[in-house]
Amino acid sequence: MRSKLTGVVTGVLAAVGSTTFAWAAEGGAKAGIDTTYFWVTVLTAGFGMAIASAVAALAQARAISAALEGMARQPNAAGRIQTAMIIGLALIESLAIYVLLIALILLFANPFSAIIVGGP
Amino acid sequence: MEAIEAPPLIKIPNFLPGIPGAFIPDHVVMTWIVMAFLIGVSYLATRQLTEVPGLMQNVMETVIEAFTGMLDSMIGHEGRRYLPLIGSAGLFIFFSNILILIPGLRCPTANLNTTASLALIVFISYHFFGVRKQGLLTYLKHFLGPVGEFPKFLLIAMGWILVPAFILVEVISHLARVLSLSIRLFGNIFGEDTVFLFILFLTSIMWPIYVLAPLISGLVIFTGLVQALIFVMLSTMYIAGAAHHEEH
Repeated sequence: MRSKLTGVVTGVLAAVGSTTFAWAAEGGAKAGIDTTYFWVTVLTAGFGMAIASAVAALAQARAISAALEGMARQPNAAGRIQTAMIIGLALIESLAIYVLLIALILLFANPFSAIIVGGP
Repeated sequence: MEAIEAPPLIKIPNFLPGIPGAFIPDHVVMTWIVMAFLIGVSYLATRQLTEVPGLMQNVMETVIEAFTGMLDSMIGHEGRRYLPLIGSAGLFIFFSNILILIPGLRCPTANLNTTASLALIVFISYHFFGVRKQGLLTYLKHFLGPVGEFPKFLLIAMGWILVPAFILVEVISHLARVLSLSIRLFGNIFGEDTVFLFILFLTSIMWPIYVLAPLISGLVIFTGLVQALIFVMLSTMYIAGAAHHEEH
């Protein structure tokens, strides 16, 4: 059952991915420039953000579960544990925010797009 | 991105020399709005201070007690003197983060200029507090690592060998504090802004989405509060580390 679902998902992704390459090539041919750089940066931004969110979520889950266990053992230390947990969560989340910043720069303020578009 | 940009409600012609463009930048105008709101509320709350407080005085007293409680728990009995910096930063950041809920306004902290200024103020302040408390040479000696603190001869030698590595690590970590303070606040609030405006934009296409708007408003207030709290707690920890750590 699980391998069948994996096969279906892989098939759908392959179909969508191959059409994406065709769209990209067609768009580039219309504009007269090589658009490889652009769809590669968009893919990088998307996948980078996805990986960063996944790993940050896993790390935050570990932090919260450890904090909850500590609070369950000693309920009168719950206030201090909660404070430390909130600080830890914000620090872990800020690492995913750094990746979001890179993705936003790549998508909206790309420093090399002028070179690629206005190139020879 | 143009569809979800909120055009600014207030356009003030540029009277400051040296700034390009025809109008004063949006984030500056929004900062003035938050400042006007905070100054107005503070003035109204402290006009007639009575022994049994009325509504606004009660609210302000609760807020100040929250800040002084946090300062006391992290710094100790001398924490009260840092209340102006920490309190103003905390209140300004909180009310800046939720300014998007008023139609036509954007958060000033969604702009890297505002958050970098706040982070630089905190950075310069905690170094200044450290130097004022301990003196310049003693403060700079803390950057060298555990040099003269070990009793045995071998460990003292290792302390001196580790000095270059320790200087490098300390300088980089202090610079990383500025970077992380500014980018954490900017990234969170800019993301929150974009999500909020995107939900409102989607409402123009699929009207049932408007039922999400109260939930997203709650999320905006929650994220604004948490980010203000994180900024204030980290600033307090940096001040505590610079000025008040273990007296030998």
